Amino acid sequence: MNEVITNAMIIDERDTVAVAVEPVEAGSKLVWIGKDGEAKEVTALSNIPIYHKFAIKDMSKGDFVVKYGEHIGLAGADIKIGEHVHVQNVEDHREEL
Amino acid sequence: MDNKVMKEMTFMGYKRPDGRVGIRNKILILPTSVCASDTTRIIAGQVEGAVTFNNQNGCSQIPADQQLTMDVMAGYAANPNVYGTVVISLGCEGCQMDLVLDAIKERTNKPIAHYVIQENGGTISTIEKAVRDARQMAMDASLVQKEQFPISELIVGTECGGSDPTSGLAANVLIGEISDRMVEVGGTSILSETTEFIGAEHILAKRGKDERVSERIYQIVHDYEKAISMVGAEIREGNPSPGNKTGGLTTLEEKSLGCIHKGGHSPVNEVYDYGKDVDRNMGLVIMDTPGNDPSSIAGMVAGGSQICLFSTGRGTPTGNPICPVIKITGNRETYANMEDNLDIDASPYIYGKKTLEQLGDELLLEMKEVADGKLTKAEALGYTEMAIARVCNYM
Repeated sequence: MNEVITNAMIIDERDTVAVAVEPVEAGSKLVWIGKDGEAKEVTALSNIPIYHKFAIKDMSKGDFVVKYGEHIGLAGADIKIGEHVHVQNVEDHREEL
Repeated sequence: MDNKVMKEMTFMGYKRPDGRVGIRNKILILPTSVCASDTTRIIAGQVEGAVTFNNQNGCSQIPADQQLTMDVMAGYAANPNVYGTVVISLGCEGCQMDLVLDAIKERTNKPIAHYVIQENGGTISTIEKAVRDARQMAMDASLVQKEQFPISELIVGTECGGSDPTSGLAANVLIGEISDRMVEVGGTSILSETTEFIGAEHILAKRGKDERVSERIYQIVHDYEKAISMVGAEIREGNPSPGNKTGGLTTLEEKSLGCIHKGGHSPVNEVYDYGKDVDRNMGLVIMDTPGNDPSSIAGMVAGGSQICLFSTGRGTPTGNPICPVIKITGNRETYANMEDNLDIDASPYIYGKKTLEQLGDELLLEMKEVADGKLTKAEALGYTEMAIARVCNYM
């Protein structure tokens, strides 16, 4: 379907994070096909291990981190586009039940 | 494939006297307890198309567990992939023959025969009589002609096991796509594995079609956690596991969202207890089952699932005695490593080589072919392991 070589993917168009599907080193391009069918890219600000998340939108501390189109946690710090998003900058939060 | 094409998609199935439609034509040799299980194995080995399973339960169980066993036994006999059932009991077990027969007859009017080992001169004599009945059923079953039915007749069970990070990225997403399509054409898809809702139950509950269904979703999660806590264990604690975190999962919400993706994006119309009869044309429904694969699948098969979609990251051989299980992985290394056991490679979605829609079309066509009679890898290899859920130790 697409000639672009991708090394990342996005699950839902509302997501603020995408997922690396190859190990990507800091300074390299992360490339994925957006839900609009267009190739997108950002520069990795840190090493991103395979299947780990990186930011595709800037997030401020306390913002929802969105994957699968749903809240998976809160930004524990300001997060920049291209930054590794994981336990070091995401806080668990239990939505009211 | 657009919606209209799928709506017109049909398969060749077996109409049962109770009105349901099967995609296999098995004779079930049903052991009502562990003490009848070797006998049913010998009987099933004598007859073409006969299947059985090792029923570890059926005796020395607390009432709640005996009920789970009864529901699975009755549901298996009623599953439309079964032409008829020969029930074998020892005679003194908790799941008494008359109770089992009544439970089956409440669900279906299909052919049934039954023998109690202690009343028929022991196992050899019972085997002889039961083989004759099963042989006759197999011959009668062979006369049933297949007819054409809409794909919406299917109740699709969904399951994930041996998961890895690709499950949430591709295989479960693909199953969710099929689930949504089944809902659109008026079929039924079952989302199972209550333990894997934990952390995302509020998201699932928002999708309940009304307050009652949403309440039920919270309830089954609460009850499951309570049952586990009574033996001093805790599900949320330590989840995601260190291994999950190394793999890239950050929070429990994220892990559970990957699992419930098998249910696509449709509203949840009903919540069924384990092994209970699932209605046709229900759209997306939930069944309260364990995360343990063979017992979760058994619950859905007892509910009437004729076909099961199973996503795996690490690869598993899982099958079922009466329900074809189509196995899908999003991990290309796993597919290459275990192609003998896996039916569909969903990894092209991860690498941008195929769209979800393309893979959805491929999986749907595979489902149609399997419904038409094509053997899954697990069927071709004769994998039939299953288990029945329990809440308590034996007495």
